[in-house]
Amino acid sequence: MSIIKVKNLSAYYESRRVFENLNFDVQDGDYLCIIGENGTGKTTLMKLLLGLDVKHTGNVKFEGFTKKEIGWLPQKTQHQADFPASVKEIVMSGFAGRNFLGLFYGKNQKQQATKNMDILGIADIAEMSFTELSGGQQQKVLLCRALCAAKRVLLLDEPASSLDSAAADELYALIKKLNQNGLAIIMITHDIARAEREAKNILTLSHGGYEYEKGVK
Amino acid sequence: MEFLAQILSYPFARRAIIAGLLLSVSAALLGVNLVLKRFSMLGDGLSHVSFGAAAIGLAAGVAPLQFSIPIVIIAAFLLLRIRQNSKINGDAAIAIVSSSALAVGITVATLTTGMNTDINSYMFGSILALTKSDVIITALCGSIIIAIYVLFYQKIFAISFDEDFAAVTGVKYKWYNSITAILTAVTVVIGMRIMGALLISSIITFPALSSMRICKHYKCTVIAAAIISVVAFLLGLTLSFLFDLPAGAAVVLCNLAVFLILSVVGKIKKI
Repeated sequence: MSIIKVKNLSAYYESRRVFENLNFDVQDGDYLCIIGENGTGKTTLMKLLLGLDVKHTGNVKFEGFTKKEIGWLPQKTQHQADFPASVKEIVMSGFAGRNFLGLFYGKNQKQQATKNMDILGIADIAEMSFTELSGGQQQKVLLCRALCAAKRVLLLDEPASSLDSAAADELYALIKKLNQNGLAIIMITHDIARAEREAKNILTLSHGGYEYEKGVK
Repeated sequence: MEFLAQILSYPFARRAIIAGLLLSVSAALLGVNLVLKRFSMLGDGLSHVSFGAAAIGLAAGVAPLQFSIPIVIIAAFLLLRIRQNSKINGDAAIAIVSSSALAVGITVATLTTGMNTDINSYMFGSILALTKSDVIITALCGSIIIAIYVLFYQKIFAISFDEDFAAVTGVKYKWYNSITAILTAVTVVIGMRIMGALLISSIITFPALSSMRICKHYKCTVIAAAIISVVAFLLGLTLSFLFDLPAGAAVVLCNLAVFLILSVVGKIKKI
């Protein structure tokens, strides 16, 4: 069953066309890697999938969930480096869009956060400060926050770009585990070899157009 | 102690304390947000605008506070806008706006009423000048700010930590940023009476910076900032009564002392 349908999607930056007539589906439990050189529109496509403000024609349709329920792992921002927040506080903020009011999170949300922290192996650092963690641990925390927000699909933007190879391997193993648990994964990456090893399908954006390879594995 | 009891028997001192406490807490809460979002200069810029508006209000014979509030809110929106569009650097925009507003205020004051004690009290603050209606406005605004912070705590955290992620999960961050701008504007205007236009921004930034020296969790940072702000205010006010100092300056110096002490404590804790 397809959960995301992209139809005749063209995007524009200022008056320049970034890509045109993109057509592809994301299936339930899919693992799709989006690769391509800089400037071919990977980030623009990601913004469109997230429903952020980008000039475009065509459409992106979600089935069985809303765009609020995409789990997104963005790239780290600079001001997070010295932001005083515990791992738990950051993980829980994945639910912030769901509650209208409140100082406290619901019991279900707390249980789910605990479960997600267990899956990613960060339960033992829940009370630590984000600033004290290694790069790999920080990515796991942000992945866990994404997991709290996610219903069917995780969207990852170069998740391992700032990690050493051991930490990257660990992160990819976790992503694979999440995929095997049933979440669909959409990942933007520069690492073509990795994409070919991990992904079920690959979307290659290029300056002239795009190519969608099904069943790489 | 006896001296303090004597001070508390004066109605003006009780008024100053009530208004000051609410102001301290709300300024500290907003400050945590602004400092973490790298926008702490907003308070400083707005305070100058607030002074300019108050000078015009005095010259025109309308109530300066009520006249300043809408003008400073508009200025806050403009600065927020400029920052988001980022064609002009946010810092540079604030520098331009704040010096221009100060210049307008001084010019208007000199041409009309002259640089009298009223003008002076808006620049450097004056506890004696607090009227009953000032206290009521301060208490009302302070309570609203604290209530909003508590009610929307989760969302405020999510936005400060990661605006884009919060937006994707359905938090209306533009709405919250506008609220922050309005509340900061109101805090600056009501705080100008006690602290003075030139000193008010420090009670927004100092408590947050001080609490970040020792706190590693967000909740701890917020609570500690509020406590630090209250302690520094009470200490400053006591010193100002004891040594006949201007309250605003005394509160800022107490905040500076707390900041220096906590910086050392933070350094020691790290070792």
